[in-house]
Amino acid sequence: MRRVSLEVNGARHELDLEPRELLVYVLRDRLGLTGTNVGCDTSSCGACTVLVSGEAVKSCTILGVQADGLEVTTIEGLAEDGELHPIQQAFHAHHGLQCGYCTPGMVMSAVSLLADNPRPNEEEIRHALEGNLCRCTGYHNIVEAVRSAAAAA
Amino acid sequence: MTTTEIVTAGRAVGTSVPRKEDRKLLMGRGQFIDNINLPGQLWLAVVRSPYAHARITGVNVDAARAVQGVVAAFSGAELASEWAGSLPCAWPVTEDIKMPPHYPLATDKARHTGDGVAVVVAEMRSLAKDAAELVEIEYEPLAAVTDVERALEPGAPLVHDEIGTNECYVWKLDAGEADKAFEDAAVTVKRRYRQQRLIPNAIEPRGAIAQELPGTDELTLWTSTQIPHIVRLTLSSVVGVPEARLRVIAPDVGGGFGSKLDVYAEEALCLALARRLKRPVKWVEDRSEGYVSTIHGRDVVQEIELAATAEGRITGVRVRLTAAMGAYLQLVTPGVPLLGAWVYAGCYDIGAYSFECTGVFTHTTPTDAYRGAGRPEATYAIERAVDALAAELGKDALELRRLNFITEFPATIASGLTIDSGDYQALLDKALELVDVDEFRAEQAERRRRGDTKELGIGFSTYVEMCGLAPSGILGAIRYGAGGWDAATIRCLPTGTVQVLTGTSPHGQGHETSWSQIAADELGYDVDEIEVLHGDTTVSPLGMDTYGSRSLTVGGIALHRAAQKIVAKARTLAAHQLEVGEDELTHEGGTFAAGDRSMTVKEIALAAWTAHNLPEGMEPGLEATAVYDPPNFSWPAGAHVAFVEIDTETGDTRLVRYVAVDDVGRVVNPAIVDGQVHGGIAQGVGQALYEEAIYDEDGMLLTGSMTSYLVPTAAELPSFELARTETPSPTNPLGVKGVGETGAIASPAAVMNAIADALAPYGVTDIDMPATPERVWRALEEAGR
Repeated sequence: MRRVSLEVNGARHELDLEPRELLVYVLRDRLGLTGTNVGCDTSSCGACTVLVSGEAVKSCTILGVQADGLEVTTIEGLAEDGELHPIQQAFHAHHGLQCGYCTPGMVMSAVSLLADNPRPNEEEIRHALEGNLCRCTGYHNIVEAVRSAAAAA
Repeated sequence: MTTTEIVTAGRAVGTSVPRKEDRKLLMGRGQFIDNINLPGQLWLAVVRSPYAHARITGVNVDAARAVQGVVAAFSGAELASEWAGSLPCAWPVTEDIKMPPHYPLATDKARHTGDGVAVVVAEMRSLAKDAAELVEIEYEPLAAVTDVERALEPGAPLVHDEIGTNECYVWKLDAGEADKAFEDAAVTVKRRYRQQRLIPNAIEPRGAIAQELPGTDELTLWTSTQIPHIVRLTLSSVVGVPEARLRVIAPDVGGGFGSKLDVYAEEALCLALARRLKRPVKWVEDRSEGYVSTIHGRDVVQEIELAATAEGRITGVRVRLTAAMGAYLQLVTPGVPLLGAWVYAGCYDIGAYSFECTGVFTHTTPTDAYRGAGRPEATYAIERAVDALAAELGKDALELRRLNFITEFPATIASGLTIDSGDYQALLDKALELVDVDEFRAEQAERRRRGDTKELGIGFSTYVEMCGLAPSGILGAIRYGAGGWDAATIRCLPTGTVQVLTGTSPHGQGHETSWSQIAADELGYDVDEIEVLHGDTTVSPLGMDTYGSRSLTVGGIALHRAAQKIVAKARTLAAHQLEVGEDELTHEGGTFAAGDRSMTVKEIALAAWTAHNLPEGMEPGLEATAVYDPPNFSWPAGAHVAFVEIDTETGDTRLVRYVAVDDVGRVVNPAIVDGQVHGGIAQGVGQALYEEAIYDEDGMLLTGSMTSYLVPTAAELPSFELARTETPSPTNPLGVKGVGETGAIASPAAVMNAIADALAPYGVTDIDMPATPERVWRALEEAGR
């Protein structure tokens, strides 16, 4: 066990973690933040994408202990006072989700993209989202949503 | 390119009402199976065979049982007493079909890689998985066969020894004089196509939790399923619990595409172990585990022949399929090819038809319905063969299509079913308004003239499909085990809101929104005043669930009929309270009026609840249930156009543009319909260009994880250009047709026809799916460029 300190969605947590615990299970099982989904076991699908120090990270690719001292933002941390984040709002307005399982990871990747590149073109959006698999939407409306969120910002 | 908005009567139906489902999903508050945890819950891990075919000579679970935190571990034999019956196959397609038993754990032999052999149950997920590694199983490996044609050869290893053959069934459909059509034909073409094996890849893995209610023998199963009602009925007979004491709940379900249209061993194991251990038992698959334990799709070898006159009138179609069942028959495994059997003549007026399918056991994960189920295969074969016939005749492929299109509706087609409505010329016309073929051909020619190494190709797919399963009588005639009806209840609560209970079980399709639109318009409520409840056999006990593009055309119509019953009762009550004759009342948008007096359905709901002043004999309350059995299948159609660019030096093939014109009848929510089409196209493009489940000679799944099985990403796909035409279905009051599978049905043929077009100058006549860079490059090399 190792004691780590995580700041998740603005709240500080002191946790005793097994060295082998992946960040995604720390978030889901220890903190009850089940919005971060698990869709694969090979770091392929991106459903578990969160922001670590502001950058999109697949939370199955790092250990909880590696996040010691870092700030983590999950999908639960995006909306403020029940108001959807502009990217969440854009996904709603453009029908950018169907089953909703990839959605938290997809939204977090989009947040990270627009932080780095506020005016991406379609190719840049598609490239930035290639680590996030969606089986329902064919990506069409996800790309539309991200484009519209960028245009509105 | 935006889609034409079609606004029909009412305020909500026909408009893109934003989805009611979205908010909780966007906030990360979805109740997916792995987000549900029960007090005292245990975790199940399944020990799976690493061999495709092996005799199980010993199972020793002692080391696993000895681990602290492991509560139980069992071999298949130790659990045999839990099963009252085999896992279900609901579609014995012929009288003499071979239906081997299929229990949740194998006891004598493992018959595919991933076949479950033993289980471990522990306090924690990781502990169960670690302990599963300690189970010692002695296997005697045996020769395996994974290729569907090799499995029929004499001496091939048998999947089920007791059957004595790998042939599961032979199913035939003959209409007209097909052989004579071929004898008389001026031209014939014969093609062989391979529908590779696919892995559905719903992004949410499967999972289940079972709980026995304390002090009772009532069981509840939460499961990531498309079919809670069918799961309840069938698992009650597997686990031996009366159906009335089993409740099945589908919580938020993260996609299905057919992979969750099934009744699985792990669901039965969770139930049996929860009953045995008196604690809740949960199981969630790892993705790689799901690749061998969740059903696969396709894996069919097709031979199709067309007979035609010299002018190009197609007079006959002959089809012969060899279809992999996998190692066992899952819920509808044998019937999947039959769903395509009726539409191998496509949207063409062809008089003579002969179809034969041989179902074959192989040492592979069972196949079953995957998006389109039989119809993508049929569409692929006929649409590629029509292009081949055009080439043979030296005719334009679009002219050939137009010459053969069915033009009069209703149309009874050679296979015996009747297409309700359609206008195939209009679909193609509309596609050609969006696509300038002459301009494309000029650019294609210009590239060829200057020796560009990047070739362009264009491909068409004009399809009709049958969905909306289905008239119960027809299902019975083709030996399906259940009916095709669905049900809805509308409950107008006294305080101004409505509960809709639906028998459909959405998992991404947006039924909460679309059903609210239908009910709101019929009854004069706002969409937000309607609450749609689904996916729980106790809350919504009547239903046949969601698959085969059936939910709107069956469940949605049941809802519409329930609304008509509400309106009828409301009219009687309004007439009574307003003291006018029923026929004096007008009804519009939920308001009944006669002169200056009126009552809304909301007011009537309160009056029906207080019951202070009801007509003689009227029951209190304003609630109605309708069960609807459709008179026909649903027949959406379309014209899809794919544009590809191929790097002839590397074989890299990219989809660069995709235009889809579909006729799905009247549209309830255009945004949701477009979303269904987008997703279907992407899956079909995945089949054409990227996806393939590959077994090695020993039956190992080489594409055993998401790193080796290529689900398309955003970077591989273009945005899609969609448009619609509309011929309302005359068989239902909303005029709607199914839409969930159209994209997946149409697109593989369009993409592969585009590749054939691009490579025609090189003498390449065909490439198997998926058209990987290696396959394309090899084809070019073999053709000698």
